[in-house]
Amino acid sequence: MSVDNYTQLGAAQIAPGVRAGKTSPAEMIRASFKRAADIGGGPDELNIILHADENASLEEAEQMQARIQSGTDIGVLAGVPVAIKDNIASLGLPTTCGSKILRGYVSPFEATAVARLRANGALIVAKTNMDEFAMGSSTENSAYGPTRNPLDVRCVPGGSSGGSAAAVAAGITPIALGSETGGSVRQPAAFCGVVGVKPSYGRVSRYGLVAFASSLDQIGVLGRTVDDAALGLESIAGFDKLDSTSSDADVPIYRLAALGKPAPEARNPDTEAIRIGRSPVPLPPPPGPTTLEGVVIGKPKEYFPDSLDPDIRRMCDRALDRFRSMGATVREISLPRSPLAIPVYYILAPAEASSNLARFDGVRYGLRVDPGKGLKAMYEATRSEGFGPEVTRRILLGTYVLSAGYYDAYYKKAQAVRTLIADDFRAVFTSGVHAIFTPTTPTTAFPIGAISDPYEMYLNDIFTVTANLAGVPAISVPIGRVRRLPVGGQIITAHFDEYAMFRVAYALEAGLGAEAHQ
Amino acid sequence: MPVTREDVLHIAELARLGVDAPRADELTKELSAILSHMEVLSQVDTATVPTTAGVAAGGTPLRPDVGVPALMSGTLASFAPKMRDGFFIVPRLATHEDSSESGA
Repeated sequence: MSVDNYTQLGAAQIAPGVRAGKTSPAEMIRASFKRAADIGGGPDELNIILHADENASLEEAEQMQARIQSGTDIGVLAGVPVAIKDNIASLGLPTTCGSKILRGYVSPFEATAVARLRANGALIVAKTNMDEFAMGSSTENSAYGPTRNPLDVRCVPGGSSGGSAAAVAAGITPIALGSETGGSVRQPAAFCGVVGVKPSYGRVSRYGLVAFASSLDQIGVLGRTVDDAALGLESIAGFDKLDSTSSDADVPIYRLAALGKPAPEARNPDTEAIRIGRSPVPLPPPPGPTTLEGVVIGKPKEYFPDSLDPDIRRMCDRALDRFRSMGATVREISLPRSPLAIPVYYILAPAEASSNLARFDGVRYGLRVDPGKGLKAMYEATRSEGFGPEVTRRILLGTYVLSAGYYDAYYKKAQAVRTLIADDFRAVFTSGVHAIFTPTTPTTAFPIGAISDPYEMYLNDIFTVTANLAGVPAISVPIGRVRRLPVGGQIITAHFDEYAMFRVAYALEAGLGAEAHQ
Repeated sequence: MPVTREDVLHIAELARLGVDAPRADELTKELSAILSHMEVLSQVDTATVPTTAGVAAGGTPLRPDVGVPALMSGTLASFAPKMRDGFFIVPRLATHEDSSESGA
């Protein structure tokens, strides 16, 4: 392993190298900051990074080096630089949610997911740009300006975790954390040609994730490879007493899914060593005709409408052919209520947001604007000055659908239709389908400024939002390029069956090989 | 148009958001356009369908009913806009101007 090819190194290569003393945590930090400088990750160019402190990161790396030299077990992510979306609380760097209302705010506590990354040896190097309070699909709604897609700087990186996806795509870090409410990890992953995973609702603690819509929010992981996404998720998943919605179900070793076997068969005698990072799981075997034998992949007709971009359809068909060549059965299925998901989501998410964002009132933290006309005037001035147009729009939309006279017609109705959408997924997964495959997005990355109509922007989430409403896990994997821009394919599985999701994702990645980026 | 200008001003007040006249007109159009796409839901028969407020599969695990201490690396004063003697300081609840506006 050489630091010279840092941008090509996965977390699963960096960590063993650091642990073995072949490289040092400080070298990794310097390589990450150098890459960010070389590619223009700062505010004047790609605008990927909102906050970073190289000296503090180097100091942390030196402390880690001392622990390594004293024989301390550093963990499975030893010395791996990781970027964090700016709505996930971290000690030492600000947490602004891409909003003016939290400009300069440094959280006095840390998100559980970030604390677990550190406990596994990761080095937090940057907070990344995002749509304000995660409301957007392009990272154009940031109060600190839009992020540009490293693969085509004229285009958006997707959103709302656009900065995290761009950081990974640009080679600044091999792994980044993002957050999802309606597709905000998978959609930017698809636009930037990287892997993005949203776990089941409850799989990762939300403690320290600034709340947008609490019944939908989940922290997710972006990585350049399926392996890095699996390693990252494995590091942060599991029960947390600080989040009452976190599940106490066991967390499998997701990387064993690379072996292409169902979970009970995926034995490895060196299991404990894998968990602590001494022995990387073997790379997926070359895909053969039995790699996915017995796996049934569902192809839902609602996600392949006649209006789908023919080039994106072609990429999906190629991926489905790979599944078949690896022994999987592809079955036509229906998720009939999925076309209702966007209206449902854009009622429920703003409704929850209007309540969650009430806390930003200029009293306890963040911006205060006091015109000297009493408390109510302070609230209004602070919030009007602090929130951008999309956040204001969604707070008002949410307040409207929750207000007297409209609650039943909008909010309660949307909650009932959400039940039907979740029922559709349950029916498919209990009918023998192991995984569902769809395009992640209806288009590739679009030019900055190209979409001004709010509802047209909302339609970016059309294929991703159902997994959030149903609470099931989903991953976006690169499946090719159209007009030189990446296309993502989405794999959805049943609640807490991330293992099967990773198994299919590893196989698809190996089956496509270099074609995934062509 | 499902949302009126008066609706916008009313919900803006409920949400403690100051909205000036030109912005109120824009928001009236924007919210009406967005909500027009939601009308499709009214055609779905949900008379016997339970509502879903959360999707935590298998329910949420119980934990001992004891408080968890909030571990903070800094003091409240390190991020509060205004503090005195351990209390957050806010403007007066109402001024004479507020009182005259509300008729109180």
